[in-house]
Amino acid sequence: MYSPRTPRQLTEPAWVRWSLIGLALIFLGLFLVLPLVLVFAEAFTKGAAVYFASFNDPDAAHAIKLTLLVMVASVVCNGVFGVAAAWAITKFSFRGKSLLLTLIDLPFAVSPVIAGLIFVLLFGAQGLMGSWLSDHDVKIIFAVPGIVLATMFITFPFVARELIPIMQAQGTEEEEAARVLGARGWTVFWRITLPNIKWGLLYGLILCSARAMGEFGAVSVVSGHIRGETNTLPLHIEILYNEPGQYAAAFACASLLSLLALVTLVLKAIVEWRQARAQAQAAQLSNVE
Amino acid sequence: MPLLLKKKTVLPGFGLTLGFSVVYLSLLVLIPLAVLVMKAMGLTWEQFWTTVTRPQVVASYKLSFGAALIAALLNVVFGLLVAWVLVRYRFPGRKIIDALVDLPFALPTAVAGIALTALYGPKGWIGQWLEPLGIKAVFTPLGVVIALTFISLPFVVRTVQPVLEDLGKEVEEAAASLGASRMAIFRRVIFPEIWPALLTGFALAFARAVGEYGSVVFISGNLPMKTQITPLLIMGQLEQFKYAEATAIAVVMLVASFVLLLAINLLQRWTTRRMAM
Repeated sequence: MYSPRTPRQLTEPAWVRWSLIGLALIFLGLFLVLPLVLVFAEAFTKGAAVYFASFNDPDAAHAIKLTLLVMVASVVCNGVFGVAAAWAITKFSFRGKSLLLTLIDLPFAVSPVIAGLIFVLLFGAQGLMGSWLSDHDVKIIFAVPGIVLATMFITFPFVARELIPIMQAQGTEEEEAARVLGARGWTVFWRITLPNIKWGLLYGLILCSARAMGEFGAVSVVSGHIRGETNTLPLHIEILYNEPGQYAAAFACASLLSLLALVTLVLKAIVEWRQARAQAQAAQLSNVE
Repeated sequence: MPLLLKKKTVLPGFGLTLGFSVVYLSLLVLIPLAVLVMKAMGLTWEQFWTTVTRPQVVASYKLSFGAALIAALLNVVFGLLVAWVLVRYRFPGRKIIDALVDLPFALPTAVAGIALTALYGPKGWIGQWLEPLGIKAVFTPLGVVIALTFISLPFVVRTVQPVLEDLGKEVEEAAASLGASRMAIFRRVIFPEIWPALLTGFALAFARAVGEYGSVVFISGNLPMKTQITPLLIMGQLEQFKYAEATAIAVVMLVASFVLLLAINLLQRWTTRRMAM
C-alpha cells in the first residue's frame, strides 16, 4: 500500500513501523496464540493413546452427541428467524423498525448466567409454569429442552445481525423487477435473494453453530450437570478439569472444541474471500454494461 | 400488519416474516425477560435494596465493572494498535493474524478459561516468569482482568478496522503537503475520524466483559469479596435455591447492560451519520 517512495509524512519511519508490528504481535501472541497452542500441548502431554481414549469414554461420547443436537436445533431455529427478520427489516419500511432492531440485539447485552436464570424462573420447579409442567410430567429445566432454549437465546441475534447489513446494501430493485415480471414470492426468494446472500448466510450459520457448541454459562445454569444425560461438551470439560487425574482428558475435549473454532475461522476467511470476489465480479459486469 | 407499512410495495411476505419474527422474539426473549422483572417486582423495595447492597454483592459489582473497564481500556490501546498494523502495514503472516483476531468469538469460553488458567498458573508458561516477580495472576483480580481482556479482544479491532480502511488518503496527503508532521496528521486528521468507532468498540467490549462467566470461573477461584464477579455470585445464589436474591442482583446487572446497549446504539447511529457526511 505504501511504497518506499511514499512521502515521509504519509507513513512512519521504518523503525516505528517495525516496533508497532512487533508490539502488536507480542500482544496477540501472549493473548491469542499461546492459549491456543497450550490447549493442544496439554492435551497430548500423556501421549496420543490417552488423547484418543478421552473420546471413547461413554460420558464424553454422550456429551458430544448432546452438543451436536443443541447446535442443530439452535442453528435451524435462529437461521429461519434470521432470514425472516432480515427480509422484513430490509425489504420494507415500517413503523417500529428501529425498535425491532434494538430488541434483536438484546441477548448480546444479557449475561449468560441471567439467560439461564430467566428460563429457570419460567420453567423451574418453583417457576411460573413449574407446577403445570410437573402435573403434565414435562421436564424442561435440568433436561435437554432447557439446554436447547438457553442456547437458542444466546445465539439468537447472530444470523439476523449478519444478514441485515448485506441485504440493506443490496436494496430491493432486483426483487421488485422479478415481481413485476411475474415471478412468485418464493421464486423471488430462491432465485434472487438467496444467491445474493448465500455467503453471508453461511457465515452467520457458522458463527451461530460455533457459539451454540461452546455456550457454557447459560447452559451451566439450566443443565443440572447430570453426567451422561444433560452434560454438553463444555460442561464435561469443567467436570474433568476439576477432577483429579483428568487434567489431560479435559484438555483433550477442549482441543476438540478449539479445532472447531479454528475451522470456523478458516471458513470465515473463505466466505469473506468469496464475497469480495463476487462483489468485484458484479462491479466488473456493471462496468461492461 | 399492512397498517404498519409506510410505503406501498410489490414485494410479498411482509406480514409473514414480520409476524414470525415478532412472535419468535417475544417467546424466546421478551417474555422470559419480562418474567425476570415480574419476579423482582414481587420483592418489596426494602428486600430488593438490602439484597443488592449487601457488602459481598457490592464487592462483586466493583470487581465486575472495574475489571471490565480495565480490560476494555487495554483493548482500546492494543485494539487500535492491531487494527492500525493490519490496515496500514504489510508483513508476512498478516492475513493469518487478521483471521486469528476473531478467535475469542469462536473459542468456547470454558476452553479459554482453562487455557488461561494453565498459562498464568504458577507452573504455567507465562506464570512461572511472573512468580519470581511476586505477581500472581490465578485466583486474583489480575486473573479476572486477563480473562476479560481475552474475550473482549476482537471488538475494538473489528470496529476500528473498517473505518481505517475507508479513510481516504487525500486528506492525509493534503495535510502533508501543507507541511503537517506525521504526529500532527495522526492527531488532527486520523484520530478525529476513528474515535467514534473506538468508543463504540470500547462500549461493546465493556458490555461483553461485564456479563462474562465461562472464562472467569476457572481463573478467579470465586473467593467472596475478593475475586467473585457478579455473574458468579448470581450462580452461587441459584445453587442455594435463593431465587429471589439471584433475581434482584440479575435485575441490577440487566439494567446496567441495557443502559450500555442504548449508549452503543446511539453511538452507532452517530457514527453512521458522521460517515455519511
